[in-house]
Amino acid sequence: MAAEIKGWDRNRMAARAAQELQDGWYVNLGIGIPTLVANYIPEGVHVTLQSENGMLGIGPFPYEGEEDPDLINAGKQTVTELPQTAYFDSAESFAMIRGGKIAMAILGAMEVAENGDLANWMIPGKLVKGMGGAMDLVAGVGRVVVVMDHTSKHGESKVLKSCTLPLTGQAVVNRIITNLGVLDVVPGGLKIVELADGVSEDELRAATEATILG
Amino acid sequence: MNKQYDSADAALDGVLRDGMLIAAGGFGLCGIPELAIEAILKAGTRELTIASNNCGVDGFGLGKLLDSRQIRKMISSYVGENAEFMRQYLSGELELEFNPQGTLAERMRAGGAGIPGFYTKTGVGTVIAEGKEHHDFDGETYILERGIVADLAIVKGWKADESGNVVFRKTARNFNVPAAKCGRVCVCEVEEIVPTGSLDPDAIHLPGIYVHRLIQGQHEKRIEQRTTRSRVSDTTGKKETV
Amino acid sequence: MRTISPAASAELVPDGAVVMIGGFMGVGSPHRTIAALVARQARDLTVIANDTARPGVGIGKLIGAGCVARAIVSHIGTNPETQKLMLEGKLAVELVPQGTLAERVRAGGAGLGGVLTATGLGTLAAEGRQVVQVGGRDFLVEPALRADIALIAARSADYAGNLVYSLTARNFNPLMAMAAETVIAEANEIVPLGVLPPDAVHTPGILIDQLLERPRVA
Repeated sequence: MAAEIKGWDRNRMAARAAQELQDGWYVNLGIGIPTLVANYIPEGVHVTLQSENGMLGIGPFPYEGEEDPDLINAGKQTVTELPQTAYFDSAESFAMIRGGKIAMAILGAMEVAENGDLANWMIPGKLVKGMGGAMDLVAGVGRVVVVMDHTSKHGESKVLKSCTLPLTGQAVVNRIITNLGVLDVVPGGLKIVELADGVSEDELRAATEATILG
Repeated sequence: MNKQYDSADAALDGVLRDGMLIAAGGFGLCGIPELAIEAILKAGTRELTIASNNCGVDGFGLGKLLDSRQIRKMISSYVGENAEFMRQYLSGELELEFNPQGTLAERMRAGGAGIPGFYTKTGVGTVIAEGKEHHDFDGETYILERGIVADLAIVKGWKADESGNVVFRKTARNFNVPAAKCGRVCVCEVEEIVPTGSLDPDAIHLPGIYVHRLIQGQHEKRIEQRTTRSRVSDTTGKKETV
Repeated sequence: MRTISPAASAELVPDGAVVMIGGFMGVGSPHRTIAALVARQARDLTVIANDTARPGVGIGKLIGAGCVARAIVSHIGTNPETQKLMLEGKLAVELVPQGTLAERVRAGGAGLGGVLTATGLGTLAAEGRQVVQVGGRDFLVEPALRADIALIAARSADYAGNLVYSLTARNFNPLMAMAAETVIAEANEIVPLGVLPPDAVHTPGILIDQLLERPRVA
């Protein structure tokens, strides 16, 4: 299996996504690969991580024995606080999310369309757990970056002309980072920003159903 | 006026009835009203609709009321950490209304603030928007979401004073504040009740006007995802699911 | 977060800007920034605030100095200068019920387009407002309010911009801190990171763009 995956692995994708961060930003990281982005924040770049369950300034995981049941991130994992941390309730948390105070959200996805449509919360007929805070995030944050595998387990493109799954948001994605490279959503389709190591443009195009310009 | 009750059973006495709408605080298992849930389990109240971000896990939190089949409908943003939830949902025994998390929090806040509805961009163009009034403000499309007013709110704080002013601790605040505000009756359980005047008035998270009944008690405070780092130099964390 | 002087903060507020200003009858108003705006002779501001305080006090200083062309407030009864300018046609005043004003500002900050309220139904406050029926009852659609700049005041700030207010000086400040493109805060004291308890922060630093330098102690 592992031999079939081309380009970047999970950690390289996370490291590439971390390059999107700018000093001074407030950022929300989704669950999965996006959570790993915190491990690759470039030197000299200070970002404050928001957790939608009511926290700004997420610290590292606690040392064993220092876990606090009252202190978790949105993935329900135990975390710690930092000197600049502030806590607030869920209504205020989403007020700042919808109100556009979060510069960027880095999220996982099931499908992204060339117009920026995002589907990442339900597969009809399959187990549905809910959208959590994803719909609010994509409706409100300044910039949405998706990090995901370029194709499904069956080799089908997840970067599509239009999404087949129920949407999380309409025309909300700005940039897509996959194992094959980096794509921007621009008028008329997608634009290649970068190719992953060892991936050719032809390979990226072949794995993409969406329109790639140029 | 005395808001203190000796037990959750006593605090909920006369408040519970079949078919009622309950707003519950908590995010995952963090900051959940364990004592009130236990008392509702004992009281056997049925056909409940519960507005809560999540629905506990098998055998803990609101999962207990699923096991006892007391819940008819959940209004939540993310569920299914428990097998029993999925079983009941897929078999049609349990009704489920998904709300985006921020919309759910705002619906509770609005209900508590006397605001019957508000216009949000969240969910525009998705299944969430189906059947809802659309309204343009300054050229952008919003959908109308309704405030929630619950028959009962059950919430969990850290400390309260005797007058009902409540402070929360860290991320255990979460939905407890909006849930408390939207309850016609709010039963708040805390780890400690302190004399009135001993909490800093500038640091109150939930003013006593929202809190009708208070209970002090022991909480298990179970951790759902225990993640730690080693004391050496590893920052990636290891995970142990409880 | 670097701090700026009051004069520099006044330069960030251009003539003609829509400005939210915290405070309730001058209590909890950003007095140093207001003084700097008066000194700069700012003009044609639209001020969104609870009130215009009294002549020579808080926002009353801006009124008296002729900085304000339009005021969106809940009352002007305590400031005869505001009333006089309004009657002379030199100042446009839009009166909004106080709770509606707070909710509209909050909606602006919370990314909402507007809220429904029963407040003001059948009164002058309902003029020009759309009415919608929910559950068989009428409600006014009150659109969100946003501003170019919010000027707010707190008791304490840290260098991440976290703010703590004191007593009833909190009032409109936390709401306005959410609802403007640029938020300028002033505090009586600035403390090192970690001094303000995270559970007691009222306005998280994410909302603050500019922080005024510490007040000079004579």
